[in-house]
Amino acid sequence: MLKIFERLVSGLKKTRRGLSSGLKRVFTGNEIDDDFYDELEEVLIMADLGVETTENIIEDLKVKENELKIKKPADLQQVLIDTVKAQMDTDEEAYSFENKVSVVLVIGVNGVGKTTTIGKLAAQYRSAGKKVIIAAADTFRAAATEQLAEWAKRSGADLIAGQEGSDPAAVVFDAVNAAKARKADILICDTAGRLHNKKNLMEELRKISRVIDREFPEAARENLIVLDGTTGQNAVVQAKQFNDIMDITGIIITKLDGTAKGGIAIAVQAELGVPVKYIGVGEHIEDLQKFDKDSFVDALFMDEEEEEAAE
Amino acid sequence: MAFESLTDKLQNIFKNLRSRGKLSEADVKASLKEVKMALLEADVNFKVVKQFINSVQERAVGQEVFQSLTPGQTIIKIVNEEMTALMGSETTEIPLKGNNEVTVIMMAGLQGAGKTTTCAKLAGIYKGKGRRPLLAALDVYRPAAIKQLQVNGEKVGVPVFTMGDNVSPVDIAKAAYAHAKANGNNILLLDTAGRLHVDEEMMQELADIQSAVNVDSTIFIVDAMTGQDAVNVAKSFNDRIEIDGVILTKMDGDTRGGAALSIKAVTGKPILYVGMGEKLSDLQQFYPDRMASRILGMGDVLTLIEKATAEIDEEKARDMNQRLKKADFNYNDLLTSLNQVRSMGSITDILAMMPGMGNKLKDVDVDESQFTQVEAIINSMTPAERENPSLMNMSRKKRIAAGAGVDIAEVNRLAKMLEQSKSMMKKFGGSGARKAMKRNKGMFGGFPFGF
Ligand SMILES: Nc1nc2c(ncn2[C@@H]2O[C@H](COP(=O)(O)OP(=O)(O)O)[C@@H](O)[C@H]2O)c(=O)[nH]1
Ligand SMILES: [Mg+2]
Repeated sequence: MLKIFERLVSGLKKTRRGLSSGLKRVFTGNEIDDDFYDELEEVLIMADLGVETTENIIEDLKVKENELKIKKPADLQQVLIDTVKAQMDTDEEAYSFENKVSVVLVIGVNGVGKTTTIGKLAAQYRSAGKKVIIAAADTFRAAATEQLAEWAKRSGADLIAGQEGSDPAAVVFDAVNAAKARKADILICDTAGRLHNKKNLMEELRKISRVIDREFPEAARENLIVLDGTTGQNAVVQAKQFNDIMDITGIIITKLDGTAKGGIAIAVQAELGVPVKYIGVGEHIEDLQKFDKDSFVDALFMDEEEEEAAE
Repeated sequence: MAFESLTDKLQNIFKNLRSRGKLSEADVKASLKEVKMALLEADVNFKVVKQFINSVQERAVGQEVFQSLTPGQTIIKIVNEEMTALMGSETTEIPLKGNNEVTVIMMAGLQGAGKTTTCAKLAGIYKGKGRRPLLAALDVYRPAAIKQLQVNGEKVGVPVFTMGDNVSPVDIAKAAYAHAKANGNNILLLDTAGRLHVDEEMMQELADIQSAVNVDSTIFIVDAMTGQDAVNVAKSFNDRIEIDGVILTKMDGDTRGGAALSIKAVTGKPILYVGMGEKLSDLQQFYPDRMASRILGMGDVLTLIEKATAEIDEEKARDMNQRLKKADFNYNDLLTSLNQVRSMGSITDILAMMPGMGNKLKDVDVDESQFTQVEAIINSMTPAERENPSLMNMSRKKRIAAGAGVDIAEVNRLAKMLEQSKSMMKKFGGSGARKAMKRNKGMFGGFPFGF
């Protein structure tokens, strides 16, 4: 637990600093007035929570301010933290697929970090002693298979691949059969990045999903959408559109080692009601963490002094 | 996220004002609040929005808006003008040296922004202009990045200089430059690894490359979907390695692309191109006015129209125009226009670029298979039947339906559609038909049916 927290602290350092210094400024004022809420709005929007989520949070906070008769901004801070934490709850059930025979399908738009994340996931499952197979179903992007092959090598997973330009559903079909024959614990399928407004590419994804359902109904299904932490409001649209194709069971937010605030995680969670399960905090194989709402939200709203103490 | 368009919102605010006759400052404020929200929803940075609204307000409280009969439109106009001005009022190009010298262009940006693809697209453009580009693979970090550039280079027919991933990017750049000189390449495009703007060591590497080979233009590649952090990233890159221009990628998505405005505001550097797809030909000029409307949620209709026009074979269109004039439209013409529409990409892709359509497509549900069906029906006709629709009778229709594997009702439907459009064309008559054709051509490749 402490280890996770430390990793988060280093990974989210920038994230937190950006948001917390702002929040601190807002919450150390003397009065809860329009200016206070205006400033809070600014801070939340700057963190990519988006207009709608920000307005919802502020409305909610105003109601609670009245109900609980809160007079000081500082007291509202804890209310805000508790509210966001309650929303971002990821229970242990969320990871139960990791202990079953399962198929993990990783989807998202171009360049968000799908392939890298799969390498990191495979490494985690391998070090937990599981047999992992990776399917290279991105048959579109140049050298996508070679990239994934390197991650398979690094993590010690088996790779099932096809030719560039071949049918990705056929690669998945082969991979499912290999997973059954080799008695793999987890099959992770990489897919080509695709913009959610390209209908034919989204249909291709539906086909891949059907192949898994049909060929391997006994396996636990996990559909993970990867979202780039620097993405703005479009991430919400992405999540919704992919969710229309297949039921998304988890969200992965990458690139939280930059200065992006990652507030989009809160907006997407609010929209889909699906938990964030992992976050990416770097390009190395160990830079993937299970999402922990307490660490995440505490880290997000932490004061600078507390931050230094935690390091 | 089905948002009302900004135009609708503003019109609502001003709806009841005309009877009152005069606009108050509060009215203007209320409308600017809507503009502010629209910009924030489009991911324009909060601080940039604030500044921008202030400057619009100055103009808006002037006479212009108060005297206008359509204050909503006037405010939109001011906003649009201010935005276009901020975004740069003309299109810019990357400056190139003479044919006997090597112009060095370096890509820079975050991970996953689209540098490798864009780099190859640029190489393709320069090759098409008769230049002799060379691509160099400097991303020695990401697995298979070099291979990706090699494959893309091959696709556009441009040589790729590589030294594997055990040589430092600075040394690769130097060797690539020498190679370009020795082989008569006059443009050197450096593909670099994605990096975080806060990664000091990696930013230094870019600075080192710049001085090692005298980079002429440093191009900042950025994902159009980037959120509020775009200002931090762009500013850091610009402060650290001084960028010369910006390319926005993944603009074929449905993002409003507010990052473009933020980046322009904090760097002042021109946006040069936009990436409109994964194909290596999908790099397009940047038009500030179109970007302004897109950010405001008024769609990218102009780009859409351009895309349609560009793909249409002018001569065929003219030929068909003639026939339309005579209201002589047959199945061959129908097939031609069908293929023209097809060649623009899938109908769904095109519709997705319409304002607000991205999310609504599943309701509209454009059935691509309908096109296949129409095509199959026409393909089952004899050349004479295609040429002369009046030959059609029951037994012919039966045969065609069987050949196409469809119900006879479908053949009837198609025949009726053709007749209807013919009589429509007749009504328009001479010049009317031409005008209608011209209008249609923009959107649907001369396909005279509404669908
Ligand atoms: N800084 C950082 N970079 C990442 C992270 N995850 C992925 N990347 C980088 O983002 C780029 C795109 O990743 P890739 O896995 O190829 O994306 P894909 O197209 O979705 O498969 C690569 O350069 C990765 O190294 C992360 O958590 N942090
Ligand atoms: Mg990939």
